[in-house]
Amino acid sequence: MSQFTSGFWDLYIAVISVVSIIACAVFLKVQSVRKAGASGREAETSGHTWDEDLTEYNNPLPRWWAWLFYITIAFALGYLALYPGLGSYSGTLGWTQVNQLEEETQAANARFGPIYEKYAAQDVAAVAQSPEALAIGQKLFLNNCAQCHASDGGGGRGFPNLTDRDWQWGGTPEAIKTTITDGRTGVMPPMGAAIGGDEGAKDAAHYVLSLSGRTHDSLRAFRGKTLFQQACVACHGAEGKGNPQLGALNLTDGVWLHGSSEAAIIEQILKGRASQMPAHKDVLSPAKIHLLTAYVYGLSQQGTGGK
Amino acid sequence: MQAQETFNYQVVRQFSVMTVIWGVVGMLVGVIIAAQLIWPELNFGVPWLTYGRLRPLHTNAVIFAFGGSALFATSYYVVQRTCHARLFCDRLAAFTFWGWQAVIVLAAVTLPLGITTSKEYAELEWPIDILIAVVWVAYAVVFFGTLYQRRVQHIYVANWFFGAFIITVALLHIVNSAAVPVTFWKSYSVYAGAQDAMVQWWYGHNAVGFFLTAGFLGMMYYFIPKQAGRPVYSYRLSVVHFWALIFTYMWAGPHHLHYTALPDWAQSLGMVFSLILLAPSWGGMINGIMTLSGAWHKLRTDPILKFLIVSLSFYGMSTFEGPMMSIKTVNALSHYTDWTIGHVHSGALGWVGLVSMGSMYYLIPRVFGRTEMYSVPLINLHFWIATVGIVLYIAAMWIAGVMQGLMWRAVSDDGTLTYTFVESVKATYPFYAIRLLGGLLYFGGMLVMLYNTVKTIAGANEANAAIPAPAAAHA
Repeated sequence: MSQFTSGFWDLYIAVISVVSIIACAVFLKVQSVRKAGASGREAETSGHTWDEDLTEYNNPLPRWWAWLFYITIAFALGYLALYPGLGSYSGTLGWTQVNQLEEETQAANARFGPIYEKYAAQDVAAVAQSPEALAIGQKLFLNNCAQCHASDGGGGRGFPNLTDRDWQWGGTPEAIKTTITDGRTGVMPPMGAAIGGDEGAKDAAHYVLSLSGRTHDSLRAFRGKTLFQQACVACHGAEGKGNPQLGALNLTDGVWLHGSSEAAIIEQILKGRASQMPAHKDVLSPAKIHLLTAYVYGLSQQGTGGK
Repeated sequence: MQAQETFNYQVVRQFSVMTVIWGVVGMLVGVIIAAQLIWPELNFGVPWLTYGRLRPLHTNAVIFAFGGSALFATSYYVVQRTCHARLFCDRLAAFTFWGWQAVIVLAAVTLPLGITTSKEYAELEWPIDILIAVVWVAYAVVFFGTLYQRRVQHIYVANWFFGAFIITVALLHIVNSAAVPVTFWKSYSVYAGAQDAMVQWWYGHNAVGFFLTAGFLGMMYYFIPKQAGRPVYSYRLSVVHFWALIFTYMWAGPHHLHYTALPDWAQSLGMVFSLILLAPSWGGMINGIMTLSGAWHKLRTDPILKFLIVSLSFYGMSTFEGPMMSIKTVNALSHYTDWTIGHVHSGALGWVGLVSMGSMYYLIPRVFGRTEMYSVPLINLHFWIATVGIVLYIAAMWIAGVMQGLMWRAVSDDGTLTYTFVESVKATYPFYAIRLLGGLLYFGGMLVMLYNTVKTIAGANEANAAIPAPAAAHA
């Protein structure tokens, strides 16, 4: 538990700390017993004068104040006997902040664990039918997922909408659970060089627009189709329907994660994109992820935005 | 020849005027970012005006521009008067003025541009850090040179505090700002990980302890006995609390890093020394307030004394609150909430702000050849606006902070967090509005001070005070 390469430093810290604290008390004691001023009477000045009229009384230390000082010193020594503070000495209570975290986590798991274990034994579709489970799932969602996917799961630009039935990485209970547990890393490489620069990107963008039946320049789309077949099919497929294994988006369904304008599509082609959903296996227990999976699965099942 | 020797009031005048001006600027930025927390649109989509860039501009402007100018002005005034000697080296003193103003202007340009080391209260990049170090060493030469030339044997208590502040800030600044430059405007700290955090908060807490406490205690030790016309309460107490304060403060930094990657032993030491710090801090408050014993009636009629004494009350409150917040159990609730913001502002607005304003109201007329400010009722008005502003500000932040801490830790029957983070933000809105109101009042008070100062200077007379002979008692 020591952070030092030599035991000397633990001793150094312990000695210097104890000596410093005791020195405060000794200093205070010495200054208290010595009589204040020549005769020790109140309201006698120190005899010095500055700037014409600045003088000082030499009143003794207020006793309550000196006691306050002593009490804090005594507390410090007591605390350092009980808790880690003097180098590698761990204190008689054996407390550490890591212990405290582990004990509190264990106590919470013992108390709340059974609630989650009950649902962990059921399959996701069944849990998604239970109002009580969904109420808990919603709270987990609001504290862990809503920061990106929004409170209603509706997502935002760059953050998938979880209420439609359009899934970048698959919408089965198993796929959702994997996404939450291990996270996902989606990478689209910059395609500028492969596709012939700005003009090529613009042609390809018009072909992509045509895939979902949107307004486009048909000459450009015609040229773009060739480029698409060369550079994009590997991930997005010959029909542009994407590939959930790679997280390659479906370009035909009218759902636009990173913007639907011609300029946004061109930027996406030229610059590529790296996007990440963080893993939650170190944040949430498997039972909680199971419940959360059911909540997210339920969102898409009741979803109204599906296409 | 001796009789005609005068004090150097020129540099004191310059720093005094800039104290008022930077006070207005720094507090205006504070009001703007307080408003941005309620209406985020107020950054108008301009990167330079976003909260993340204006916030360090606000803290640097109020601490180093307003507070720093006030410390330069008062320390230069006090060290001359209590040493019965002219400031050492006029040209070097002038260099500290122009150098410090250059630092402030560079900060005001680079911070909105997003140029920052990201170390709190030490955001300025390395070229500016070097300029700060040079100016600070010049400051030390001027101050200690004057002290060396003193015509009285004993060094007045205010100068102990100013001296400790100057030496320690040099040490803190140079150690914490040690960095490896990459380009002219980018550098990386020479420390890594938990060590970097520890050095940063050793600096950060001692910036509070020495810049914002020791320096302003120096101010307090001169202007309170002067304005009250009473002797300092206890020389003995000043000795004990001075040494205890400067010794103990050095250990307290780790309480900013409770429950982090900082080793347990360092956290514990930081906590117990923060508690020991309570009595030494209160020693200064007792000595200042008790100086008034026998002259309490003056508080009714003298608005400058009101500023000075109420500032000590806020000092006492903050230095009680600080040790309490350093206790791990309390810190677990208060850390990362607006309670910290309330605590800081009870010290900054209540202690540092009020004691500076009171001292300036004493000092400005004297260095501009007048007997008092243009308008004493306006000082009184400033006092009341500022005090009401502080109370609204800190009460709002206390309530908001405790509420946030409780909401973040609330757990439902199923073990989930009861509230999401955004719910705590929504619940904080009303308190942000009260805080803005408090800040506007405090800022309004500063505008009153600006007006009063301008009118005072408009009627300025020549002020070349002759150096009085040291009192005979010293012989």
